[in-house]
Amino acid sequence: MSLLEVSGLHVWFEPPSAAEVHAVQGVDFALDEGERFGLVGESGCGKTTTILALMGLLPPNSYVAGEVRLGGQNILAGGEDSVRAYRWKDIAMVFQGAMNALNPVKKVGWQIAEPMAFHGIAQGAAARKRAGELLEMVGIPAASGERYPHEFSGGMRQRAAIAMALACEPKILLADEPTTALDVMVQAQILELLTRLCADLGLALILVTHDLPVVAQVCERAAVMYAGEIVEAGATEALYHSPRHPYTRLLFAATPDLYGRDAMISIPGAPPRLDTTAAGCPFRPRCDVPLARCADDHPELRLVEPGHQAACHRNELVGAL
Amino acid sequence: MSESREEVRPAPAVVAGATAPEVPLLDVADLTTYYQVRRPLTERLTRTPQAWVHAVDGISFRMARGEMMALVGESGCGKTTTAQTILGMVKPTSGAIRLNGTDIAGMDERRLRPLRRTLQMIYQDPYESLDPRFRVRESVEEPMLVHGIGRSRAQRETLAVEALERSGLAPARLFLDRFPHELSGGQRQRVAIAAALVLGPDLLLADEPVSMLDVSVRAGVLSLLDSLRRSDDMGILMITHDLSTAARFADRIAVMYLGRIVEHGPAADVVRNPQHPYTKALLSVVPKRDPRERSTPQILTGETPNPVNVPAGCRFHPRCPVAEERCKLEDPQLRLPAAATSPSHQAACLLI
Repeated sequence: MSLLEVSGLHVWFEPPSAAEVHAVQGVDFALDEGERFGLVGESGCGKTTTILALMGLLPPNSYVAGEVRLGGQNILAGGEDSVRAYRWKDIAMVFQGAMNALNPVKKVGWQIAEPMAFHGIAQGAAARKRAGELLEMVGIPAASGERYPHEFSGGMRQRAAIAMALACEPKILLADEPTTALDVMVQAQILELLTRLCADLGLALILVTHDLPVVAQVCERAAVMYAGEIVEAGATEALYHSPRHPYTRLLFAATPDLYGRDAMISIPGAPPRLDTTAAGCPFRPRCDVPLARCADDHPELRLVEPGHQAACHRNELVGAL
Repeated sequence: MSESREEVRPAPAVVAGATAPEVPLLDVADLTTYYQVRRPLTERLTRTPQAWVHAVDGISFRMARGEMMALVGESGCGKTTTAQTILGMVKPTSGAIRLNGTDIAGMDERRLRPLRRTLQMIYQDPYESLDPRFRVRESVEEPMLVHGIGRSRAQRETLAVEALERSGLAPARLFLDRFPHELSGGQRQRVAIAAALVLGPDLLLADEPVSMLDVSVRAGVLSLLDSLRRSDDMGILMITHDLSTAARFADRIAVMYLGRIVEHGPAADVVRNPQHPYTKALLSVVPKRDPRERSTPQILTGETPNPVNVPAGCRFHPRCPVAEERCKLEDPQLRLPAAATSPSHQAACLLI
């Protein structure tokens, strides 16, 4: 049994005076202990909404359906009340832009110690000591806990945000675009830190990003999302070397590589609106190899080889893609 | 800090793209831009010496028409200040910026304005650079009104339509009356490009032109810039932190660190045969698409130091993995490395 199993996850938003948006449309995936898993896609594909649903942190105008099983327990079964018992203790999250969300008038160490008291893990001097240990663990001297966020560089603030997420010793860390606003050198430092934490603490990681090369370098497995669905999932090596969905193939081709000599392509068109339902494959209007049936037959995510799933009708043809 | 404001300067010994005898499109010579650090009253009263941010600290390069050059570096390296100084948004402390032979460094606004036509800029964030209350038509026609281009509304509209279609927004009539919020990120950036194109610039400065855009549309915008510089014989100075994009689209790459160009040369040479230890480290941490190519990144500790207190000697030595004793004393100048395979490849390191 996997550590975390997500099945049939749907999220709808009901914005005031606008049509309902079906942001996540039946997402299934599983995460093993200590595994590094990537959730990739462009803006608006539902990747952040998916992990916010795992944390039970979606806004009040949203509806969630489906199961999120953690050690066999469906943590979404009782809504907000049942998620709260797991949030931070079992599943923790580093939010997008977390490094800019530290309280500017509180010392960093205090900010890390505060949730520990809230969750009854440690109080007073013990919490401060633990905050120091957490800072050391992410590569910041414990004494820096006495400093304010503005005295930290961007990379250090991101490390502090990671330390904060680890305060309650979670088994799963969700990281939403953890390196997007950082320089490449600092990005490399943070990615190395996340990889090391997974190895040292047996932490499972879900890395959410639009940056395929980051996932390729950090994650063992990944899922590619498009228009609220997972369209392909498998080992990152398989996704790059033998993609089974045109979107994955085109997304890699749209990403420049330092030493790549191939032409960098762009994918024409834009993702479909999620406030209307269209028949057929959501990627068909932008696909370079559509079939006649793609227009009205929605492809399901199917196993195409061991450990590799894709939602494309081409996989049923001989000599696919 | 403006003691070195000489009028005549010796040209750098080797400069790529300067083979043609004619006046280069852009000739930046020994440019420095320092910012004053604001002092609290107590420091001013005690006459504490004024501190300066050495944002751009003596850089020289030339660009030819039709050429795309990338200025690459991490935040705080001075790449954006370089662009702002060239545009005249920031006054340089010393040095020359010759645009088609005319020195525009520190030129006053009144004299600079007619030259602005030849010098246009595209910003990183098309969500902020377009006025949300302007229709596409107004965004593209406004620069023409400012510079007095087009004799009538009809003529300006014709020019706007042409610029939009050349920017990949065809048929342009469908876009003219839309507002920015009705466009995607890629379309907005194309509107910004069209607004620059209507002036027929010789030099386009593009500050991270695709970093705010979705991966799937980046290549389209970059290919557009690439084709424009060829068809219009326009120089494009692209400021970016993304070495992969620079390697793919630029003819030449200049790598900046703490206000200096530390390596400069043809893009392929800089990427495949890097000479400066900083360039090598920077290249090693660029994530590769192929998971099988997981290299061991050479991660430098710490972050770029504060440009107020620039380290003595080689400014990279405190973070350099191969620094020697003499690197603390001697400030290396750009020169042809022994291992270079192109005569226009330069690096500023004592150990090459």
